[in-house]
Amino acid sequence: MGHAYTPGLKVTGKMLITKKRILPLKGEVLAKVGDKVQPDTVVARTFLPGPVEPMNVANILSIAPEDVPYFMLKKEGEKVQKDEIMAKAKTFFGLFTSVCKAKAEGTIESISSITGQVLLRGNPVPVEVHAYLVGEVVEVFPQEGVAVSSWGSFIQGIFGVGGETNGEIKIVVGSPSDILTDKEIDENSKGKIIVGGCLVTASAINKAISAGAKGIIVGGLDDKDLRDFLGYDLGVAITGSEEKGITLVITEGFGQINMAQRTFNLLKSNQGKLACINGATQIRAGVIRPEVIIPIAGDVKIKEEKEKFESVGLEADSPIRVIRQPYFGKLGQVKDLPPALQKLETESTARVLEVEFDSDGRAIVPRANVEMLEE
Amino acid sequence: MKELKPEDIKIIVATDCGSTTTKAILIEKHGDEYRLIVRGEAPTTVEAPFEDVTMGVLNAIAEVEELSGRKLLDEKGQIIKPAQNGVGTDIYISTSSAGGGLQMMVAGVVRSMTAESAERAALGAGAIVMDVIAANDKRLPHQQIERIRHLRPDMILLSGGVDGGTLTHVVEIAELISAADPRPRLGTGYKLPIIYAGNKDARETIKKTLGDKTSLDIVDNIRPVLERENLHPAREKIHDLFMEHVMAQAPGYRKLMSLTDAPIMPTPGAVGLIIKTIADLEKMEVIGVDIGGATTDIFSVFQGVFNRTVSANLGMSYSISNVFAESGLPNVMRWVPFKMDERDLRNRVKNKMIRPTTIPQMMEELIFEQAIAKEALRLAFIQHKSFATTLKGVQQQRTIAEAFEQSASGQTIVNMMTCNMLIGSGGVLSHAPRRNQAALMLIDAFLPEGITRLAVDSIFMMPQLGVLSTVHPQAAKEVFDKDCLIHLGTCIAPVGVEKEGKEILKYKFILPDGKTEAGVLKYGEMKMIPLAVGETAQAHLEPERGMDLGHGKNKNIETTINGGVAGIILDGRGRSNFLPADENVRVKKLKEWMLALDIYPKWALER
Repeated sequence: MGHAYTPGLKVTGKMLITKKRILPLKGEVLAKVGDKVQPDTVVARTFLPGPVEPMNVANILSIAPEDVPYFMLKKEGEKVQKDEIMAKAKTFFGLFTSVCKAKAEGTIESISSITGQVLLRGNPVPVEVHAYLVGEVVEVFPQEGVAVSSWGSFIQGIFGVGGETNGEIKIVVGSPSDILTDKEIDENSKGKIIVGGCLVTASAINKAISAGAKGIIVGGLDDKDLRDFLGYDLGVAITGSEEKGITLVITEGFGQINMAQRTFNLLKSNQGKLACINGATQIRAGVIRPEVIIPIAGDVKIKEEKEKFESVGLEADSPIRVIRQPYFGKLGQVKDLPPALQKLETESTARVLEVEFDSDGRAIVPRANVEMLEE
Repeated sequence: MKELKPEDIKIIVATDCGSTTTKAILIEKHGDEYRLIVRGEAPTTVEAPFEDVTMGVLNAIAEVEELSGRKLLDEKGQIIKPAQNGVGTDIYISTSSAGGGLQMMVAGVVRSMTAESAERAALGAGAIVMDVIAANDKRLPHQQIERIRHLRPDMILLSGGVDGGTLTHVVEIAELISAADPRPRLGTGYKLPIIYAGNKDARETIKKTLGDKTSLDIVDNIRPVLERENLHPAREKIHDLFMEHVMAQAPGYRKLMSLTDAPIMPTPGAVGLIIKTIADLEKMEVIGVDIGGATTDIFSVFQGVFNRTVSANLGMSYSISNVFAESGLPNVMRWVPFKMDERDLRNRVKNKMIRPTTIPQMMEELIFEQAIAKEALRLAFIQHKSFATTLKGVQQQRTIAEAFEQSASGQTIVNMMTCNMLIGSGGVLSHAPRRNQAALMLIDAFLPEGITRLAVDSIFMMPQLGVLSTVHPQAAKEVFDKDCLIHLGTCIAPVGVEKEGKEILKYKFILPDGKTEAGVLKYGEMKMIPLAVGETAQAHLEPERGMDLGHGKNKNIETTINGGVAGIILDGRGRSNFLPADENVRVKKLKEWMLALDIYPKWALER
């Protein structure tokens, strides 16, 4: 049966990271295998079909739909400019002329004699895909995109807002239990990825945006501040497309929760280095978590030892984090995994484990309420 | 497909391939009756690295084999069919919602008429309706085109116009679809299936507009005249295309299709089918609800009409935050018999959303989650009632009296007074630590009126029984009656308004042991009388002045009441605004009801 624990978020000092950079539609790949790339390097490009502008020519010219093809000056497939006359009708023995001008620049896609509707297809919209990482192109998918690899430190967050960005890491708090307030943010934050401790306040987020910071990495965030920041109450955890001027990566959860010491130490040891971050989160089948990647120089052809990173499941001494009340956010080690189901305070029965907290004391918690700390 | 007569079918294996778990059941005929023997499950194997659904199916069947001791798989891991000498099964059938289920877009001309009929057809077939496009949906044509382009449905159902009506509007919608050039969700090498079920006179034009770009199928008009819906041909076609296109694209499904003895059904379609079958057989009016992590499905049969709605973002884990956002904190907290800090609660809800697999460890968390469940169910039920209506846009001849009543077409057909049974399923209901909690969640959310039986589907077996009902209705019904449902009991709720503490019902129950339980129910009071599963009591019920139990105000009722795990629940809370506005009074009343029904332990309510 499936494991009764949450696999946990990866926090690792060095691993080989590969990202597929794929176009939404087929197009042109601009990079080749072996190319060294920067986050802003364009690796593939395509054109999305232009927006469609329907125009009811029959109504505009006050003619019957079946007469529309007859009065069209432009035929299907022809280009028109904005405000160019594309149909003209003479009425009342030729005394009156009414015209239909194109609402937008584009190509005539179809002319309907049933509805009298003409569909104008706008000019194609260019779309570019960037490399996102500092690294090397290791694979090309013809007409689709590339795979970029890089060695790097990797931190998975639990929840984020905003899309891909990058900047230098700037630690602005002394410890993972410090609150990130607006006082810690100044004009030197411009272009940086700011790292806080257990919580970021709403005023700190706003000040970071106005100072031009690229991102914030922090342990916790209050739901109320998230609501104020987004302007609405988030119903389902599907994010990444917000355009708020900053990307947030929350590493632990909602509320005031110390950033895991290991995560904080890893970020601190990379102070001043470039980090590529993405807040995109999708908590559904095919889960996507936000991420922080700090690229490190290294040969991407050397394959890492896979086994090292494969999770073996919960066992005695596994480091864990409790992810639900009453011990929410506490870290510790598994001490015992009794096989029998146990009755909880709620009177339901569940598989449990005994945890010894780093901060002292032991407790019994359902296995479903812990996540492994993975390296 | 194998031809076996129903009487020859003695062993049945059925699976339901969910997004995360594949559940298998074994049904055997012993003597004259079909019974569930065991249930097994295994992780679904649609996603990488396995990418073959049959692996999970065979694993689940292997667990059934282990638990039952009956050999079902041969040395090569194949299902042994037919059953011989104590091994194998006579038939194997399956449902599926893996890989996101069946996702559809529907389109029609008028939102409340043909588009709504199309939506009803798609929902009834078990689809998730991603969007409804209509000529009057208040979006501009270019916005509709953008929307169609961005959605990647498995198929589109296009309707519009009555037979012989105008062509323009439905062709216009077809032109928008053609301009958007939508692509199917799965697979790249095939055209998007579109079912046209509109004005028959527009068929040729629709073929010209969509025939080249899409894989077009034409069926009878869903609304041949305004006064009548004809959903069956469209639903059948949806099921065919689900098999041919959607299932065939999902990893391993071609293999699975070759194993089954009946077409694979979408899971919600199968659940709807069993509920409709049972309602028809028992001549009952029924509401069924399945509350999951992301969505809540409600099925109902009233006046012989089946309806299904999916509330896409009302659920207990992935969508819990949305329930909170839509309902509002005060509406959730009105079910909680103590105060909690708002900031802390909001963070807890969001933490459940981002870590959806956690379970409540503390009693206060359980109480809070059940309060959210009541709101999710209540909101989903509001949506259901507004969808399960008489046909809109139908001309009616009215008498003067009817005209004064202001009743219009499109009235809901859901009537809680005539509802005979309320069936709940989904983790929060099926796995509530005390069954009474499930009963109270159903009562508080749906507010049953008169006499209503309550039940939960203990192990979510309805999908398999739904597909079984297409092959062997008798076996499906027998297992449904005996093994699928856990009967919670019967809720007796007189409807009317009275003063708090005033007598509203005199009751007398003759219990199976011959003893009599008699008494008086007061307004604002709840009581529970034990009556075990399978037992019945003869009831004499006398509603007081102005109170109605289903036969009209002040009308007495003599009837048989069915027992259950909770027993008989007497609900004297009238039905309108029964929660006191004053917080202290409300908390006192909540505790009183919860104690009377033994919902939570006493210590939890004494805080």
